[in-house]
Amino acid sequence: MMAHKKRVGMEVSIAVSHAVQLARAEAIAAYPITPQTHIVEHLSSLVANGDLEAEFVTVESEHSAMSACIGMSAAGVRTYTATSSQGLALMNEIVFITSAMRLPIVMTVANRALSGPLSIWNDHSDIMAARDIGWIQIFTENGQEAFDHSIMAFKIAEDHRVLLPTIVNLDGFILTHVVEAHEMMDQKTVDRFLPEFKPYHKLDPQKPVTMGAFAMPELFTECKMAHQMALTNSYGPILEVWQEWGKLTGRHYQPVETYRTEGAKVIIMMMGSLGQVAEVAVDAMRDQGIPVGLVKIRLWRPFPFADLRAALAGAEIVVVCDRALSLGGAAGPVLAEVRSAMYPLAVKPQILGYTVGLGGRDVQPEAFEELVRHAQAEVKQGPSQEYYIYGVRG
Amino acid sequence: MEKFGYAESTKFDTYASRMMPRDEFFTSGHRSCQGCGEALAVRWACKAIGKNAIIAHATGCMEIVSSGMPQTAWMHPWIHVAFENTSAVASGIEAALRVLERKGKLKGPLPKVVAMGGDGGTSDIGLQSLSGALERNTNFTYICWDNEAYMNTGIQRSSATPFGAMTTTSPPGKRSIGQSTWKKDMVAIAVAHGIPYVATASPGYLFDLYFKVKKAVETPGPAYITILSTCPTGWRSATDLSVRLARLATETAVFPLFEVVDGKYRLTVEPPKIRPIRDYLKPQGRFRHLRDHEVEFIQKQTLARYKLLLDKCQAPFPEFAPVHLPEGT
Repeated sequence: MMAHKKRVGMEVSIAVSHAVQLARAEAIAAYPITPQTHIVEHLSSLVANGDLEAEFVTVESEHSAMSACIGMSAAGVRTYTATSSQGLALMNEIVFITSAMRLPIVMTVANRALSGPLSIWNDHSDIMAARDIGWIQIFTENGQEAFDHSIMAFKIAEDHRVLLPTIVNLDGFILTHVVEAHEMMDQKTVDRFLPEFKPYHKLDPQKPVTMGAFAMPELFTECKMAHQMALTNSYGPILEVWQEWGKLTGRHYQPVETYRTEGAKVIIMMMGSLGQVAEVAVDAMRDQGIPVGLVKIRLWRPFPFADLRAALAGAEIVVVCDRALSLGGAAGPVLAEVRSAMYPLAVKPQILGYTVGLGGRDVQPEAFEELVRHAQAEVKQGPSQEYYIYGVRG
Repeated sequence: MEKFGYAESTKFDTYASRMMPRDEFFTSGHRSCQGCGEALAVRWACKAIGKNAIIAHATGCMEIVSSGMPQTAWMHPWIHVAFENTSAVASGIEAALRVLERKGKLKGPLPKVVAMGGDGGTSDIGLQSLSGALERNTNFTYICWDNEAYMNTGIQRSSATPFGAMTTTSPPGKRSIGQSTWKKDMVAIAVAHGIPYVATASPGYLFDLYFKVKKAVETPGPAYITILSTCPTGWRSATDLSVRLARLATETAVFPLFEVVDGKYRLTVEPPKIRPIRDYLKPQGRFRHLRDHEVEFIQKQTLARYKLLLDKCQAPFPEFAPVHLPEGT
């Protein structure tokens, strides 16, 4: 079934906007922020030329972007937006409500550092500040993944067993502004894969409903529990969609991806585009006879506990690379998650955390070799710090 | 105007309920305070809006009294998201309806989109999203329930609180008169967006209110209405005086009733004689601390502003040149 072998070179942002076009998004509200801009610019022109039958509302802030998206989705149309960094932070109040209202909006986050100091460059501090918003959160590693997941996200979000908004993360500039070769899809195939949006409930004068009623203490906890169950239970439908896509395209996705982990004593972990850099490093170390493997988390929420434990089984040292800081805390967000997932196991590896590549700081393959050597030495003598920030000068 | 039976409406100073729609869209059982002028205004505005509409509501008094899960007082499809974003939510609904209509997925005529919020949700925290929606020429009506303070959170001052009023964050004291700023002119701000319909209304004049809301929702493009919402709890007034106070606000020229159609001002209720401001201030505990010279200042200021409004109504030219796009744009 691998009928779509032709690869087209284009900027990843353009590929993502074509994915949204192929998904036939019906309403978009967005506010410009670097490095998300190329996505929404291209979507604007698709709408302006009638190549995408949709309404594009050029709102006056990201707060209003997410608010307008809620209105769109609640009124019963397939809804998309994209943002980054400060924009996601400004939306913060509303994104919690989006997921609590179970509105299946799809959002691309072009990951970028949060101010201050102001930085337009890539890290994951924006999405980590939005970790607990109750959305499905997926990380992508290259343009093809960003394209694929932008289409699949709609199918996952709109599944009536799921009904949760979904974020597709891709690294700002490192992915958004890079030209890559993409296997595109034709409209017919995507239409078969992703049928028309069928809202579970909507704002309709023929059948009026009240949305966004408030909850007294006797109901609030139950609402939260229902949300938690919905997010946890979305795991199954997510896998179904990814498997269907795999059959359709030959591109298979897992909640936790592994690379050369067979017999690995040391495992490097991260999310996002650094995975490809780390693969180069792992190859080099394997050539030197160092038993190193790589584990990449694709599905950040709902967190794939079982997949992670399986992927890390047999490892003695795990080197977790965070692209964000939990200031004043014990660890970076991914490190904290991995440690907490592994803690209940009787036999568990030493887990060390390194924050790398903040605010666009480049991370070369050699860095991972350095981290592995450092982690091995630290384990031998007993870790000297709660976690480490790699590459700080001075 | 005749189309709405509008010119006639101002001849009445009582309303004949048999002439108005019996449909109730804001139903009984909600938890508003006794004597709430706002609930009365909401009920009549919803009658004017009619069945085929979708309402987005800001956080605030009306949201809290009417939508405690699992109950609702709203017969319209109704959505509440947050405090400051109602106009943006309405923008989204309006855009979605346009797509649905274009794709032939809409059963029946295009529903009206109405956004509602209190004075804080409108003139303070919601001003940005409101301005955005007005500027984008969103086809919706925004109604501000103006009870002149953050009543829901416990009577804190807003930018719509009148000069001199006591609130819990503008308390009068040795160094304070109470609210030390003049009420923000939201109507002028709305007019400055160049939108086709802007008005003030009051639960003291229900015919006037009814026809203005009807006109607003039937106007293509954005419409904005501020409705003075008497609040016995926050204004420290007797609960049986709410309608009386609403009428006094107009009779003393504190809250004149007018509309601005395509930039042209018109007084819709013209009191035969402007009553002294004391008649309005005295029944309200929030003004109790004001001294004579302060009342005198408010009196002068109010009349000066009323004169300016009358001048605008007399002006031979509109406030702005309405934009009428050529066909097919």
